[in-house]
Amino acid sequence: MFKTLFWMSFACAPGLLLSAPTHAQDPSYTLTIKDHRFEPAQLLVPAGKKIRLLVRNQDSTAEEFESHDLKREKIIPGNSEATITIGPLKPGVYRFVGEFHESTAKGSIVAK
Amino acid sequence: MLATAVIVLREVLEAALVVSIVLAATRSVPGRGSWVAAGVVAGSLGALVVAAFADILAAAASGLGQEIFNAAVLFLAVVMLGWHNVWMTRHGREMASSLNSVGAAVREGAKPLYALTVVVMLAVLREGSELVLFLYGIASAGPGQKAELTGGFALGLLGGMALATTMYFGLLRISAKRLFAVTGWLILLLAAGMAAQGAAYLVQADVLPSLGETIWDTSWLLPDDSIVGKLMHTLVGYTARPYGIQLGFYVVTLLALLVLMRLFAHRASPVLRRPA
Repeated sequence: MFKTLFWMSFACAPGLLLSAPTHAQDPSYTLTIKDHRFEPAQLLVPAGKKIRLLVRNQDSTAEEFESHDLKREKIIPGNSEATITIGPLKPGVYRFVGEFHESTAKGSIVAK
Repeated sequence: MLATAVIVLREVLEAALVVSIVLAATRSVPGRGSWVAAGVVAGSLGALVVAAFADILAAAASGLGQEIFNAAVLFLAVVMLGWHNVWMTRHGREMASSLNSVGAAVREGAKPLYALTVVVMLAVLREGSELVLFLYGIASAGPGQKAELTGGFALGLLGGMALATTMYFGLLRISAKRLFAVTGWLILLLAAGMAAQGAAYLVQADVLPSLGETIWDTSWLLPDDSIVGKLMHTLVGYTARPYGIQLGFYVVTLLALLVLMRLFAHRASPVLRRPA
């Protein structure tokens, strides 16, 4: 029986990959990574609203968008873009970094 | 170089600790080295593949492939850890009293080490793919970065292995009888922590509600990205600012596994009845 359970858990894993919601209606903001820096380094967003953050990585190497304030971590491969959904945020400053180049890649989101 | 070493250390720490707990938990099982090594090798190869296809993974499931992949990997590890613990409650007593019969049980096809091989593989795979992307980034920055890359990588890797080795030998100081109880609890907490982390990925992907954004905030005391924070994160599932649903997943996983272990412990197993 254990063996069956064991293989069953394998069979279930890919199913998770197929189910994901879409949420296109939230306001969208763009962050660009170039030369291991974020542009803009400070982004103003409305507080109390769910927002979509489009992160464009124009460098050829991957970067990890990481923010403990926002509780987000996501790898953005080189020359590609990724969407990160955040909020609704309380008014305040939320710092983020590019973990792979933390000395240069840093910025913040200001929710007002 | 130190900055590189710290990142490498953070990435290898979790996998290294998982390996040391697994090695301690299987102390008396013959051939465990090959089971663990197989997990490390498979995980490393998997990490290279995941890193190579990072862009495809990121674009999958409407851009949420990465979060869902991470969550799936974590939940699969939780199942394997739980499965191992349930198996141990059936055979653990016998393991402590007569080491030979356990070797026999393993050979006879009960084989709990499949599960732990998968656990090791998944831990190496998840952290390893990030490490590969990071190192590739430095490597492609130019020839001047070579010293930075190799030095930082070696230092971080050695640091992670040193911490894991310390933990392993610390665990081995526990008497054989109590070791299984201790590693059993370590595995339970590891599983609960991984379930909570998997839930966080699903909140990030907007699949699950957060049920409270920040239940507490201890980031001033023990930040998540500090080495001690990462250590506690792996061992007991520490998070500086947990979502409500993370606490839910943690508690439910812990209780569910304890109940399963209790249920299966009372079932007489055929292996136990057989004379040793």
